[in-house]
Amino acid sequence: MAVARTSMKGDRRKAMIWSYVFLGMFVVFFLTPPVYMLITSLKSNAEISAAVSPWWIFAPTLENYVELLSSPTYLTFFRNSALVSILVVTITMLVSIPAAFALSRMKFWGSATLATGVFLTYLIPETLLFIPLFKIFVFVHDLTGIELINRWWVLVILYPTLTVPFCTWIMIGYFGSIPKELDEAALIDGAGYLQILTKIFIPVALPGIIAATIFAFTVSWAQFLYPLAFTTSADQLVLPVGIITTLIRGDVFTWGQIMTGALLGAAPPLIIYAFLMDYYIAGLTAGATKG
Amino acid sequence: MARVTLRKLVKNYEETPAVRGIDLDIADKEFVVLVGPSGCGKSTTLRMIAGLEDITGGEVLIGDEVVNDMPPKDRDIAMVFQNYALYPHMTVYENMSFGLRLKKVDKAEIAKRVENAARILDISELLQRKPKQLSGGQRQRVAMGRAIVRDPKVFLFDEPLSNLDAKLRVQMRTEIKKVHQKVRTTTVYVTHDQVEAMTLADRVVVMNGGVIEQVGTPNDLYHFPATRFVAGFIGSPAMNFIPCRLEVAGGGLAARLSPEIAFPVPHAREARYRPYLDSGNLLFGLRPEHIVEQRPHAESDQHAFEVPLEVTEPMGMETLVYFEIGGVEVCGRVNPNAGAQSGHRMKLVADLANMHLIDAASGKVL
Repeated sequence: MAVARTSMKGDRRKAMIWSYVFLGMFVVFFLTPPVYMLITSLKSNAEISAAVSPWWIFAPTLENYVELLSSPTYLTFFRNSALVSILVVTITMLVSIPAAFALSRMKFWGSATLATGVFLTYLIPETLLFIPLFKIFVFVHDLTGIELINRWWVLVILYPTLTVPFCTWIMIGYFGSIPKELDEAALIDGAGYLQILTKIFIPVALPGIIAATIFAFTVSWAQFLYPLAFTTSADQLVLPVGIITTLIRGDVFTWGQIMTGALLGAAPPLIIYAFLMDYYIAGLTAGATKG
Repeated sequence: MARVTLRKLVKNYEETPAVRGIDLDIADKEFVVLVGPSGCGKSTTLRMIAGLEDITGGEVLIGDEVVNDMPPKDRDIAMVFQNYALYPHMTVYENMSFGLRLKKVDKAEIAKRVENAARILDISELLQRKPKQLSGGQRQRVAMGRAIVRDPKVFLFDEPLSNLDAKLRVQMRTEIKKVHQKVRTTTVYVTHDQVEAMTLADRVVVMNGGVIEQVGTPNDLYHFPATRFVAGFIGSPAMNFIPCRLEVAGGGLAARLSPEIAFPVPHAREARYRPYLDSGNLLFGLRPEHIVEQRPHAESDQHAFEVPLEVTEPMGMETLVYFEIGGVEVCGRVNPNAGAQSGHRMKLVADLANMHLIDAASGKVL
């Protein structure tokens, strides 16, 4: 018995050591770029050009941060990004939660086909869509006189085409894992469909909803192609495109500011992830096991 | 006050019939159990009463009102589900009061009713817990509490004890009976367990293949089954069925089971059975408890016979013995001290006052 115990302990030890080796490699691989960004953001332009050592700061300075945070354009990008993301998340949730509820619970003619259709739209790459969308915008302008190109708020209309299908799909799966007896019990208790949704499904599926929210936020915060294609003037740009277009002038790269801008831009998703990580993981693995 | 009436009730799924036109009258305050094998249509019938399934044909009446097209919430019913269906994010109190809160019942009234139900079910200490902090039996109590609180016209139970372990099931069975004796609400209860049906019901409805085989008190079904299905379904171990034919013997009738064994038919039954003298397709039915060891004082209608025992199963309070008659395995229940041994011959007695004769073709008990 004692022998078996020791050998089991030995096995466990070995497994732990290997786990840490691989986890260590993983951490180094994924954390090196942000650390590099942080180091560079604390250097002056002169020090960056001198290129003495990329891993050491000889004269730490916050000049990049001060400059960016006092620059009205950068703050505009930040404001545009925040507005777009908040509005997109709101619209996405308002559409995909009821849609998922209807598709997973209210059996109506064609509901199964529609659910698959929702998922299929997610599979169409956005690179295929921006040219047709551009044409549609021109058409709408010719027809109504409403200018859709080079307006930040048009992104609020565009992003849900990316977020709604995926979020709906996540929520269908999540709602599907809620036992049917729960809505039947609520029906008998006297609840209507809207009450079943708000009083039972949303609270029970909260981890899934939070996962979908984080997804929608990340997509709209980090989206690059659409804003690059549809917005041009500085007051209409969002962060990812704004940093690229204003901080790279021809072949002049202001690396210190680029790194600072990117780092500051990464902060909001990072903060949201940190707070909601547990929910996010619970949401992504939902339905894997019953219970 | 609520009777429940089913008239020619039919349910088809696509083209597959699940319930084939059943009629049933459930009296006010009555405890009726629908029992049958899986797929017999019992749950579907219950769900049609609840309003959770559309009705293909016929009528469901609660009280004097046809409720076919009435949504569940307006039927004034409460249902207890097999998996409890408690709202996981709500406390026990919130679970039990959910229906009343939706109806905007006064808060003090809600508190009074919840506390009363909690007292009946002995769950007063659990009111602030969440369902996941409760054991299976406690969850089942909360589910019943949710039903009681609403003070509905009818309670519907859909296999409520199936998820519990055997011991707890027996305990909860008694609880359910006690609760019904206290609140006296009309109850329709679905189960596949015939013991549950027998112990709980005022009347048992045995269903099979979408139709009602027989309705009756537990004793009626046990002693006077109408069909072979009911005879075989009710009782454990199940009734023995042995192919037989009737013959004239010594002025009376006898059921010939094998070349060696023929049981004389009790005189009282002779007139009833005589028309089937020539029928070649009969089954002789006798419950295991009516095949016992030979005792010193034989009663009338008891007939002794001797067979080699194949298997014996001591159960403690009795011993089950298995032997063969006419190529069919037959079970008897003997006294544990009667000396039954596998491989040995034993003298047994059949109590023919309790025999049944069944027409194998129609399945009807004659």
